[in-house]
Amino acid sequence: MNPVKVIINKELKVIFNSLLFYIAFTVFFCTTGFIYWLSQGNIFYTGQASLGYLFTVFNGVLFFLIPALTMKSISTEKRDGTFQLLFSKPIKTWQLLAGKFFAILIQVLLCLALTLPYYITIACLGHVDHAVGFCGYLGLIFTTGCYISIGIFVSSLTSNPLIAFFSTFAITIWFQFLFEMLSSWLGNTFIASVFMYLSVNDHFDTISRGIIDSKDIVYFISIISLFLALARYVICKSRI
Amino acid sequence: MNVIVKDLTKIFDYQKAVDSLSFEAKKGEILGLLGPYGAGKSTTLKMLAGLLRPNQGSIHFDNYTYEKNESKIKKLIGYLPEKNPLYDAISVTDFLFYMAKLYDIPRYKVTSRVLDMISLCGLENEKHKLIKELSKGYRQRLGIAQALIHDPEVVLLDEPTTGLDPNQTFGIREIIKTLGQEKTVILGSHILSEIENTCDQVMIMSKGQIMAQGTTAELRQAPNSDFSLKIVIKGGEIPAIQEALNQLPQIKSLQLQHKQEFEVHCTPGQEIERAIFELCKDNDWYITEMTPVQMRLEDIFRKVTQKQ
Repeated sequence: MNPVKVIINKELKVIFNSLLFYIAFTVFFCTTGFIYWLSQGNIFYTGQASLGYLFTVFNGVLFFLIPALTMKSISTEKRDGTFQLLFSKPIKTWQLLAGKFFAILIQVLLCLALTLPYYITIACLGHVDHAVGFCGYLGLIFTTGCYISIGIFVSSLTSNPLIAFFSTFAITIWFQFLFEMLSSWLGNTFIASVFMYLSVNDHFDTISRGIIDSKDIVYFISIISLFLALARYVICKSRI
Repeated sequence: MNVIVKDLTKIFDYQKAVDSLSFEAKKGEILGLLGPYGAGKSTTLKMLAGLLRPNQGSIHFDNYTYEKNESKIKKLIGYLPEKNPLYDAISVTDFLFYMAKLYDIPRYKVTSRVLDMISLCGLENEKHKLIKELSKGYRQRLGIAQALIHDPEVVLLDEPTTGLDPNQTFGIREIIKTLGQEKTVILGSHILSEIENTCDQVMIMSKGQIMAQGTTAELRQAPNSDFSLKIVIKGGEIPAIQEALNQLPQIKSLQLQHKQEFEVHCTPGQEIERAIFELCKDNDWYITEMTPVQMRLEDIFRKVTQKQ
């Protein structure tokens, strides 16, 4: 069996045996539900069956959830010494990273699958553009991929999951908010446009509106590849 | 499969952990790396397991090298790390299945290999437990089981019995001896009795270098080893006997052990027995016991590791 598939299976087995995972799922489901259906700016208040708001809520909650899912990915392997065990087997570093990445992505996909009843409810309440719905979920998957790769990279730097959690949070906050804020402060300059390009939100907004632009796809794939490559570099360097 | 190591060197931050190490481990033989903590045993085993890259030197597994055949070699070796890291959150059986699949064992063989390892390592009653619920002894057995799951040709074991009670230690040693009959086993340990009881070849290491090498018998007969005799002489006063023995030029040192029992250390090949016999005859004393004291591995170990 392909080592990537073996690692994914093992990771999912561990996570499904963990109570923390079910708590995280419940928190995600309840928080998104509360914000979308019950909070002050809920869809009944705005009177629109808006998918854009739905995906913004999901994106915001995932932003907090992903560091929690990635914090243990590499750090605990380092802390417990299981890296020694894994790298004495015929697997490559990229296979380990791919296994970890896809295992977390699958967990997030399951989280997103839980939100399908919300989507179906909105579709029943009003007219919904399903192409926009598809793009919204696609945007969420890409954004999630970026944050997972950042989380895995940070987790490879430390053997303390808590440090990994807060450090991932500190980096992702730049991609989620700060690059965009800096860009708006700097006005119409070249650096501002660079910061705007680096902002995940800008690219997510474009896709969630139903526009699939190669510029955004290249951005997401580049960020994912960059941080996974950095994680691979850190792990390989520690083995020399 | 033979393991041939030549001129192996590993440097960490200007400190040589392993210094120009050369040895050969043969199939059907257990090679013991013996040394105090920090001697370079674990670093050597990590390099053999492909976890660390040497700064200098080469490792050959028959004709395979890590530079050209890393995946192939990793399928041929089984490694038990020093601290035996395991995944606490999964069960014994799931862990062994995971390890078997990582080795790409054909699907139809996986279950039988897992069951074989459970049986070989005596894990039948623990197989459904989570790893975090296992005792230290069973964790160690599981560590050995994962190292053997793919039926490797070379087995690398780093401190396999540390922290175990005597019964558990005996069980693990029996497994290692069984393995040594048909595989190449390299065992790192700081426990002398473990090496003495299980290994065919011993390599004493200190500060990354080989201090002595050979079978236990060869090490005991090393040319620079002292020859010792335990003798009991009666028929005279102890101080007189002691003084007379001290005057024999062949005797390097003398210790009074108990009543009239002495342990004499001398240079081998000097016919000390004859000299003592003549001395007793001249003084009208008689010998009730004369036994050669075999040098223990512990003494050799202390001697060679204190040289530096």
